[in-house]
Amino acid sequence: MLYRTAGQFKTSYKADQALFPVKQDAILLGVILVFAWVVFPLAASEFTFQTLLIPILIYALAAMGLNILTGYAGQLSLGTAAFMGVGAYACYKMVTLMPWMNPIVAILLSGVFSAGVGVAFGIPSLRIKGFYLAIATLAAQFFLVWLFEKWAWLYNYNASGAIQVPNLEMFGVYVAGPQADSLVQYYVVLAIVSVMTMLCINLTRGTLGRTWKATRDVDIAAELIGINLMKSKLTAFMVSSYIVGVAGALFVFMWRGAAEPNLFDIPLSFRILFIAIIGGLGSILGNYLGAILIVGLPVVLGTLPAALGVPIASSMVEHINVMMVGALIIFFLIIEPHGLAQLWRLIREKLIIWPFPH
Amino acid sequence: MLNQIFVAPFVDMFAAPDFLLQVLWEGLVSGILYALIALGFVLIFRSSRIFNFAQGIMVVFAALTLVGLYEMGVPAWVSVVLTLGVMFILAVSIEKIVLRPLVGQPDIILFMATIGITLFLIGLGEIIFGGENKVMITEALGIPTGSVVFEPWGGLLILEEKDITAVGVAGMLVVALLLFLNKTRMGRAIRALGDDPQAALSVGISLQTIWVLVWFIAGIIALVTGVAWGARAGVSFALEVIAYKALPVLMLGGLESITGAIIGGLMIGMLEKLFEIYWGQPILGGNTETWFAFVLALIVLLFRPQGLFGEKIIERV
Repeated sequence: MLYRTAGQFKTSYKADQALFPVKQDAILLGVILVFAWVVFPLAASEFTFQTLLIPILIYALAAMGLNILTGYAGQLSLGTAAFMGVGAYACYKMVTLMPWMNPIVAILLSGVFSAGVGVAFGIPSLRIKGFYLAIATLAAQFFLVWLFEKWAWLYNYNASGAIQVPNLEMFGVYVAGPQADSLVQYYVVLAIVSVMTMLCINLTRGTLGRTWKATRDVDIAAELIGINLMKSKLTAFMVSSYIVGVAGALFVFMWRGAAEPNLFDIPLSFRILFIAIIGGLGSILGNYLGAILIVGLPVVLGTLPAALGVPIASSMVEHINVMMVGALIIFFLIIEPHGLAQLWRLIREKLIIWPFPH
Repeated sequence: MLNQIFVAPFVDMFAAPDFLLQVLWEGLVSGILYALIALGFVLIFRSSRIFNFAQGIMVVFAALTLVGLYEMGVPAWVSVVLTLGVMFILAVSIEKIVLRPLVGQPDIILFMATIGITLFLIGLGEIIFGGENKVMITEALGIPTGSVVFEPWGGLLILEEKDITAVGVAGMLVVALLLFLNKTRMGRAIRALGDDPQAALSVGISLQTIWVLVWFIAGIIALVTGVAWGARAGVSFALEVIAYKALPVLMLGGLESITGAIIGGLMIGMLEKLFEIYWGQPILGGNTETWFAFVLALIVLLFRPQGLFGEKIIERV
């Protein structure tokens, strides 16, 4: 009843192709945005910002970058974390070499570097496909992490080998570094992620997105109808790495505050791949749902025993956590291989005809 | 700089041939272990098109179970049998719980499911056996621990006996596996299922039985790998990273080829050691073993996309 679409007629192509042809979708999104921009910041505590809100947004952005590549263009990549690393280190070098630079500009520019690296490591995709390509992207993963460790110029030759985010201010407010306020950081992340999401939605609806989908579905047929596969694959690598790079810069500058090379190791890549797959490949909404699940689950599992009064050692909680995440991944793959986004799609279908199913 | 890259390493090699042999031997031993893990991958991939990421953790899990049982006071050889039993139960439960509901899903979903299995086993292993490093029970299993010393050209070459045993056992395992796949009824059924699942099913080959069997064989291979690697480096979850090393081996050897996996493994093992000792440490600051194999495989694949021994993929429109 609430989701009835009957009576919403479209009289022009323009209206039919609008971002939200169904009124209820727009209202729902509006409600979510009000929560994200107004209610959460007012209600959230420091703990919520640091363990839930900020990481969920950043992980969702990283997963969105991966989803462009894997979900839309069909090129499986296991090197996401390394490209996040490129973004983070590029951002670090920029703000330390040019301290006058606006931090947000630096974050957005750092994606350009990871886009370049991404295209370079995307070249093998022109020759190989599927799992072979996935392993090829692992070359990027291991090589780049090694480089972060050995190339001392990247971390300004400091003794620890880690990068430490300096205090950065913008218009007189600290946005990054030890003195920055979580609320400010949350708004910065939210703004960047919102804009990027908007761009992604429109990109995947447009010519480029359709080219990617054609490449993913039947590459030979795509080539026959005149799609340049090389261009299509490399642009997918470029756009994807750009977004992932920005997510990496946000990851370190807005959330972690410091980073060692092994932060960008393969577990992070897998985490992002999980988010993209459990959320739903080829869906923008899925990245958020996946991120909420993968980031939120350990928090819930970690606080649950204490809340129930069951005393469990923290190391045990950690182990159970890993096991539960593994089991849940299998569980979600079995109940819905197309991800949480597909689940929402099904619920929405049901809602549209509810309560009269015929 | 050019001298350092193109001349100095070769001069070093010729100046100390015994050291070169030692390096090659070390590389060969790790190559054998990469090949064994790759073999587990290939076996499962050939019969079910599943890219089994859990092979690495199965190695750790098998080794941990073996050591854990022995520490509980079970005699060594009984624990080997019990561990095999555990691997069998694991194979059956993976087939029943994870794979059966996912039959017919896209490859990437099954691949993800094996990563899920990996995480689950890591958690489970840590809960049961604890996270700390354990020592492989080499003496109790009767593996010799001495070393053989050669003196070629007046130099010194030390071969550890446990490494020789590992190479021997691995060789025997490979021969047994090839015989099994080529000569027995079950083995042929596995290959048939890999070649054409529909046809294999229609002549009465049971998918479930074969999958359990294949995962069990992969479990046996995992146990052998676990014992051999554990004897060298101790048993811990760090072992899991050697599973990654099997991936470039697969790229080089091709995902379907058993011979490819073995030759690829040996090649990568030796080349990465050579590169690390003669180029990596003097020029690049060391620790190049983490990425060398991948970059090598990447370069080879740019020129031969099907790998060195993989089936040639011909695409026509």
